[in-house]
Amino acid sequence: MKKIYFDHSATTPVDKDVLKVMLPYFTKNFGNPSSIHSFGQKAMTGVDQARAQAAKFLNCKPDEIVFTSGSTEANNLAINGVVKAINKRNKAAKKLHIITSVIEHDSVLEPIAGLEREGFEVTHLSVKSNGVIDPEEFKKAIKENTVLVSIMYVNSEVGSIQPIREIGKIIKKINDNKLKTWQNREPNERGDKPELIYFHTDATQAANFLSCDTQYNYIDLLSISGHKIYGPKGAGLLFVKSGTPIIASQLGGHHENNRRSGTLNTAGIIGLGKALENLDQEKVEKNNQNISKIRDLLVAGIQKNIPDVVLNTDRENSTPAHAHFSFLGVEGESILIALDLAGIAVSTGSACASNSLKASHVVVAMGIKIEVAHSSIRFSLGKYNTIEEVETLIRILPPIITRLRKMSPEL
Amino acid sequence: MLYTEQVIKHFKKPHNQGVIKNADAIGQKGNLACGDVMKIYLKIGKKKNGHESENFIKNIKFETLGCAAAIAVSSALTDRIKGMTFKEALAVNKDDIVNDLGGLPAPKIHCSMLGLEALHEAIENYDKK
Repeated sequence: MKKIYFDHSATTPVDKDVLKVMLPYFTKNFGNPSSIHSFGQKAMTGVDQARAQAAKFLNCKPDEIVFTSGSTEANNLAINGVVKAINKRNKAAKKLHIITSVIEHDSVLEPIAGLEREGFEVTHLSVKSNGVIDPEEFKKAIKENTVLVSIMYVNSEVGSIQPIREIGKIIKKINDNKLKTWQNREPNERGDKPELIYFHTDATQAANFLSCDTQYNYIDLLSISGHKIYGPKGAGLLFVKSGTPIIASQLGGHHENNRRSGTLNTAGIIGLGKALENLDQEKVEKNNQNISKIRDLLVAGIQKNIPDVVLNTDRENSTPAHAHFSFLGVEGESILIALDLAGIAVSTGSACASNSLKASHVVVAMGIKIEVAHSSIRFSLGKYNTIEEVETLIRILPPIITRLRKMSPEL
Repeated sequence: MLYTEQVIKHFKKPHNQGVIKNADAIGQKGNLACGDVMKIYLKIGKKKNGHESENFIKNIKFETLGCAAAIAVSSALTDRIKGMTFKEALAVNKDDIVNDLGGLPAPKIHCSMLGLEALHEAIENYDKK
């Protein structure tokens, strides 16, 4: 049985050219990039090259990149690092305020919840029924003591794209005004420079499809994970715009300019660099068109062949790869297992959610009833999926849904 | 979270799945909000036990809306219960069902409780008649 993979939001296979550039760094170029001798320098040359590739992708300076183990670490570092750095110099001891959204990944929500328990103030923006935040609500949420905004670029479950550039612009305008007001005062009346608002976005699910130009999008901090972009697991990065206050979480080695200690994951970093290089604009556009076509077939096929389905992905406002459905009257996990037995891999929402019995907080936040949320399946396509694979799915899925529905009591 | 072979077998081809049209008792537990609903149908017979006659489960069927574990639990439960007296059936506990399935992932243990609760409710409903 030839297996089919429709779970690219969970992870992607490593591209062959990515693996190829990584391999020498496990063996021949095994040196520690921090070592001064030739072995170390050889490894460091590779890391420098990856840093340059990442900088090109993000349109930033190489030293604005902090390599991490992935997006979870990058998100934690961004949130705790920035808020704690600002709080450290918070002479007036005022309560600092963070804005995020209800649909963030747990690796954003949980560190923010931790800060909230420590006494920081938090606002969670809601989303509209298409899974997108409302910039007007965001504007109203900003306060005089707001220091950090963390809004994901693309939601991992339904694929909704957030108005990152608009948010970035709003923040920039407020920051510019704060500085102007301060500058316009008489020097003896200026007092301390005002704290600005820093903008973090978790771009984990966006990098494959959308511009991560940090200047164009007015971004201060941005997280990326290698394994979501046909690179290796265990390698990711946090972009930290120069001048952004940040305190390291992991200490004891002075790596990454004291922002993240720990021996560099050389091979992983080199793979990440190559994966980012592969995401050049031309390839991304071509890929987006291709995936989008396949997704349209998938959506049409499901809607035509299966009654009582709800499409939760707003195709006008999402990546081309996501199609999140609710199959009424069936539990999502049963569909997942039945499809898996037929050789097709999908997800009920997110891989992380599979250990919890709770309905997806994202789908519920979009106003979908809990019982409908429980019957959800996420298809996330990748660049190697084919029309034939979708046709196979459309053949296999309807009888599965019929069988499971027949088992359910009438309610 | 891996399911055992037994769970997958029951999930693929559940035993005693369906409805008993003129059931003597019905029990239902769970709700849509928690994601699992189990409904048990019973047909009751009488067994001679010395001078007394005892109720026993002549036939049992289930309908389940839920995850693979919930469906497998329903199937394994009905297998085990069929033919038992009420007393025997009420003595079955969740560990028995979990063992029949060769184990269940920890977050799914509650599914086995739900099946038993539906059975207990069906028996209670019969006794109330």
